[in-house]
Amino acid sequence: MSIEGKWEIITGNHAAAIAAKLARVKVVAAYPITPQTTIVEYIASLVESGYMNAEYIRVESEHSAMAAVIGASAAGVRTFTATASQGLLLMSEVVHWAAGSRLPIGMAIVNRAVGPPWSIHVDHQDSMSQRDTGWLQMYISSNQEVLDTMLMMYKVAEHPDVLLPFMVCLDGFVLSHTYMPVNIPSQEEVDDFLPPYKPPHWKLDPESPITFGNLALPNEYQEMRWSMDLSMKRSLELVEDVAEEFSRKFGRYYGGATWKYKTQDADYMIITSGTMASEAEVAVDKLREEGMSVGLLKIRSFRPFPHRDVVETLQDKKGVIVIDRSISFSSGGPIGIETRSSLYNLSGRPPIANYITGLGGRDVTYQDIIATLKDGVGRITSGRLRRLYYWFKLKPEYEKIELSEEAAI
Amino acid sequence: MTLTIHDLRKRSGSYLSGSAGCPGCGATLAFRIASRVLGPDTVYIVPACCFSVIQAPYPKSAISAPLYNIAFAAAAATASGVYRAYRILGKDINVVAWAGDGGTVDIGIQALSGAAERGENIIYVCYDNEAYMNTGIQRSGATPLKAWTKTTPMGKRKMPKDMPMIVAAHRVPYVATASVGYPFDLASKFDKAKEIEGFKYIHIFSPCPPGWNSPVSKTAEIGKLAVDTYFWPLYEVKNGKLRITVKPRKRPLKEFLDLQDRFRGLSDKEVALLEEIVMEKWNFLLHLEKSERIF
Repeated sequence: MSIEGKWEIITGNHAAAIAAKLARVKVVAAYPITPQTTIVEYIASLVESGYMNAEYIRVESEHSAMAAVIGASAAGVRTFTATASQGLLLMSEVVHWAAGSRLPIGMAIVNRAVGPPWSIHVDHQDSMSQRDTGWLQMYISSNQEVLDTMLMMYKVAEHPDVLLPFMVCLDGFVLSHTYMPVNIPSQEEVDDFLPPYKPPHWKLDPESPITFGNLALPNEYQEMRWSMDLSMKRSLELVEDVAEEFSRKFGRYYGGATWKYKTQDADYMIITSGTMASEAEVAVDKLREEGMSVGLLKIRSFRPFPHRDVVETLQDKKGVIVIDRSISFSSGGPIGIETRSSLYNLSGRPPIANYITGLGGRDVTYQDIIATLKDGVGRITSGRLRRLYYWFKLKPEYEKIELSEEAAI
Repeated sequence: MTLTIHDLRKRSGSYLSGSAGCPGCGATLAFRIASRVLGPDTVYIVPACCFSVIQAPYPKSAISAPLYNIAFAAAAATASGVYRAYRILGKDINVVAWAGDGGTVDIGIQALSGAAERGENIIYVCYDNEAYMNTGIQRSGATPLKAWTKTTPMGKRKMPKDMPMIVAAHRVPYVATASVGYPFDLASKFDKAKEIEGFKYIHIFSPCPPGWNSPVSKTAEIGKLAVDTYFWPLYEVKNGKLRITVKPRKRPLKEFLDLQDRFRGLSDKEVALLEEIVMEKWNFLLHLEKSERIF
């Protein structure tokens, strides 16, 4: 019984698996890890039942999962894998390799904290640690957005101007195991939107043999990295264009690289990502009811980072509150760092209060977002914004130590 | 059927002039022979190893078949992915992982074991120069007992892993040992492997003059002596049945050891111990040969 063209109540993981099917992925290689596991299981059932026409390689590790999809993509087919946390860290070496090989592999990251101690719950430390691998990274707020963004990103990644792999990052359990209504497009509609993958650059083909990846000496290497950077920058426009094309075809729009909510007249801005951004929308509405003029800039695309969009949206604001779900130790949250970097050369730039919270699955509700916003605005307006970043929702005894420490800046 | 020089001369290999191999390199010899047997419809997956350099630096290449370089631990997994893509596309292309001993018996053993267990239809080749030669002669899990390397300056104190038997224990359809000193035996094993469906493993004894401190002109001779002294017996395990493919008249192990400075300065007692070990292995293989199935 086909689920296509219908509303189904499914989890974020199911949405990712169905997206792989609808994208007509030809080779999947994956290794189970909580909370990604049900993607692996669901794809197994899709393939075994014959509903999904793909090779499924049940590899013995994440390192091999990525290595196998690299091989398959190099042989010229569309590929998919999924992982989380330690699995992503184990595969990291070949995560770099995939991007350097310019292979538009798709990967769902079910965000989960990194050990020790063991934690199976959400934060963004795993994918943020892969920031500089050359992968496009999208952060997602709903199950429908998981499915739709997967389809959009194959189109972006496979574009001749891009040819870089992508991660669609969904919050562990909050999306991966939570049921939501999702409209599943028909195969025909998706085929019309996403044509088959035909490598425009290179593939492993005896008809046209090439040697790929052999030793490059210092007079050759740097331009290859430059070209990855150029492609990453060019992909930003495609992220926007493809999102608009998708919206015309399917009637759903989540923004391109960012999603803006009530930003126009806002004095203060919240910047965050993932499911914290959906909580932040509620927070914005509540704060506006209280008479505070607040808006939300959700970072969907962390790589490429939408620097210009950030500048244009924030340049005339009174202050910015950035909430990160990961920590670059001693420097703050990755989105906070990027935002500060975007704004630095702008004269009259708004002050930034960066908050680190929600690590290892600590719940971040709209009330928490409201509290950080009020704390941030309080610091900005009273001249108490003395630090690069603040921890939020520490236990009181830890909060006391934190605030007694010398500030980083 | 054993291939002859006439068979090999008729076929064109994938090894061009201009490689960056060292003089007397056993691995290049192995590739030259293997690629002639495998033919042009073959794709090579190469992890970090001497062949990363031998193929020649970008933008040149001495390999005329498609070749993809991958990270050290990943050859078997990447080859699996390439094979699966070809299978779903309906393409009949040999997929070969071409790895050194470090990438096979040490860092790559997990991916290799996984691919063997899954029964991927690939040929995994270990060209074994018995140490990390690309990084400059450090011991590996394939380095023989007593051999000098830069990380075993007093000689290795441990036995190497018996990798062909480890792979055979995965009950794959074909495992073979080979030596560049027996080129037609080597060629015939590739000829068989490419006709067999499933995971194939060929482990090639490949002398390394800079790493072994052996004369560059003696690579073929050392490759032959390794077999003739029973240091490196040639056998195959086909569907679980072991057969010794070359049974030479035994020559003293010392003849083999004396050609390589990595074994320099061994006492008579140590040589006797090594002689004892090779005879024990040889007799064990003769014993296994009598079984219907060893795995």
